Amino acid sequence: MTSEHRGAPASWSASPPSHPGDDAREPGKRAKQRASVPGRVWRVFVWGAMVFFLANVVLLIATVAVNSIATRWFGTLLPQGFTLHWYAQAWSDFQLASVLWVTVEVVGAVVLLSVLLGVPAAYALARVQFPGKRLAMLIFLLPLMVPPVTYGIPMATVMYKVGLAGTLSGVILANLVPALPFVILVMTPFIEQIDPNLEAAARIFGANTFRYFRYVLLPLLVPGMLAAALLVLVRTIGMFELTFFTAGPATQTLVVALYYAVFSTGVRAPQSIDAMAMIYMAITLIWVLIALQFVSPTQIVSRVKEQKH
Amino acid sequence: MNSPTFPAPVAPAAPARQRDGKAWLVTPALLFIVALFIYPFAYGLALSFRPMNGGSAWANYLTFFTDTSMWPTILVTLKLAVPATLINAGVSVPVAFALRRHSRYQKFVTTLLVIPVTLGTVLIADGMLTYFGPNGWFPQALHGLHLYTSEVRLTHNFWGVLISLIVSGFPFAFLLTLSYVTGIDPTLASAAATLGASPWQQFLRIYLPLLVPGLTMAACLSFVQAFSVFPSAVLLGAPAGPTRVMSIAAAEAAFESYDYSLASAIAMVMGFVQLLVVAAMLGARRLFYSGPATGGKG
Repeated sequence: MTSEHRGAPASWSASPPSHPGDDAREPGKRAKQRASVPGRVWRVFVWGAMVFFLANVVLLIATVAVNSIATRWFGTLLPQGFTLHWYAQAWSDFQLASVLWVTVEVVGAVVLLSVLLGVPAAYALARVQFPGKRLAMLIFLLPLMVPPVTYGIPMATVMYKVGLAGTLSGVILANLVPALPFVILVMTPFIEQIDPNLEAAARIFGANTFRYFRYVLLPLLVPGMLAAALLVLVRTIGMFELTFFTAGPATQTLVVALYYAVFSTGVRAPQSIDAMAMIYMAITLIWVLIALQFVSPTQIVSRVKEQKH
Repeated sequence: MNSPTFPAPVAPAAPARQRDGKAWLVTPALLFIVALFIYPFAYGLALSFRPMNGGSAWANYLTFFTDTSMWPTILVTLKLAVPATLINAGVSVPVAFALRRHSRYQKFVTTLLVIPVTLGTVLIADGMLTYFGPNGWFPQALHGLHLYTSEVRLTHNFWGVLISLIVSGFPFAFLLTLSYVTGIDPTLASAAATLGASPWQQFLRIYLPLLVPGLTMAACLSFVQAFSVFPSAVLLGAPAGPTRVMSIAAAEAAFESYDYSLASAIAMVMGFVQLLVVAAMLGARRLFYSGPATGGKG
C-alpha cells in the first residue's frame, strides 16, 4: 500500500490499492516500482545501519563463544587451539548447579505471578472508570520511571530490616516490583484496542460473563499475555541490579554470578568466565526460541487484526 | 463486520456505571506495589533525612551537592542516558517503519534483536571487553581495512558504556516501537493515499500521531534503562572517573561504606531527576490522540 521509505517526498500520484493481499506478499516489487532516488538512498541507509548493528552484535556474541573454547588467544584472528575443558572448569569454579536452580525458581515465579496479578489490573485500567484510577496508574508507572538502583537501595535496606534479604522469596519479590507494572503497561494498550463492542455483541447473543471471558476475551488476550510473559522473562533473566542488591551468597542468579566473575577478571581465566557466559546465553536463548514459537514480540497488537482475514 | 447500530446503553461511550465491580481487579497488583515499592521508597526518603553521623536533616543532601566526587555524577549519568535514549528511540522509528509488514526479514531481524535484549548488560559487557578490547575483532577489522590506524579505545571509557547502552537498549526500544507500528491499521494509510497523501504525509499525519503514545512509552522505558546504568559502567567504563554514574556513587555509599542514609539521599536525587524527564515526556503524550489504532472496521 505505502512504499517502504518514509523519508521520501515521492511525487507519484496515489493509486488506490486494489489488491492489499498481493501487496503484502510482494512488498519489494511494488516498492521498487515507486522508489524515487531519495527514497532508495534512505532505504539503503536504514538497512545499512541495521546490518552493521546486527553484524556487530553477532560477532560480539561469537567472540564469547570462540574464547570459551580457546586454549590461548591473543591478538590473532582465531585462537591457537580449541578445547572444551573450560566448561567443566566453569561448572565447578562458579558452583553453577546451585546458581542455575536459583535462577529457574526466581524467573519462573516472577513470570507467573506478574501475569496473574498484572492482566486483571490491566483489564480494569483499560475498561473501567473508577475513582482513584489516575492515582493507581501513577503508582504502577512509578516503578518503571524510577531506576531499579534508586528503589533497590531503600528496598534492600527494608529487606535487611525484616529479614527477607538474601532469601529466595526476597529475590522473587524484588524482581516482581518492575515486572508487574511492566505487564500492566504492555497489556493496557493491548486491551484498550480490543473492540469494546465485542462484549456488547457477545452479550446480545446471550453470553454470560464467564462465557464472554472464556470464548471472546481470553483468546484475544492470549497473544498479549504470551508477549508480556516473554518480555518479563527476558527482563528478569537480565535483571541484574535488584538481584545484586537483595541476593545473598546462596541466592545469586546466573547474571549476578556472571557479574562477580567478570568483575574479578584475573582471579579466574577469561575463558572460564566466557564458558559460564555461554551457559547463561544458551539457557536464555533456548527460552527465547521456545517463546518465539508461540508469539513474536512484534505481534503484540497486530494479532487481533490478523485473525479477521 | 458492520458498525454497531444499537443505541447508547451498551455503546462504549458510557460503560462506567454498570461495570463498577471490575475495578476491584486492580487491587491485588496495587497492594503489592504499595507494599514493596511505595513503602520502601517512603522509608528511604525518611532515612535520607536522618544522617548516619548526625547533623542537620539536610546534611546528606548538602554532602551530595558540595562533594566533587558526588554532584558531577548527575551530569555524567545524563550525558550517557540522553544520547542513548535519543539514538535508541529515534533510530527505532525508521527501522520499525521499514519492517512494519510481516515478512521473512521482519521475523529474522526481530529474532536476532531479541538476543541482545535477553542477554542483558552483564553479558554484553563481558563480550564487549573482548570484542572491542585492544586485541579484539573490531579493532583488528578497523586496522585490517585501514579505516583507523591509531589505537582503538572503546573499552574502559565513556564510549564503551554508551555502546553497551545502545547494544542492549536499541533492540528493546525497537521491539516495543515495532509492536506499536504493526498495531496501526495499514488501511488508514491506504485511505490517506487514496485521498492523495504522499508516503511522507501519510507518516506525518497518520502514523506519527497514532504512534506517539507507544513511542513515548518506548522512550520512557529506554531512558529508565539507560539512566540506571550500573554493571556496564563498572565493567566497561572508568568507574573512578569519566563514567562514575550516580548508581555507582549510591552503591558505594550503601554497600562499601554502609551509609544507607547517604545512599538513600543519592537514590532520592536520582529518582527526582528521572521523574522530571519522564513527567515531561508523559505530559507531552497527553497532547496526542490515544484512541484505537485499528480503524473503524473493527
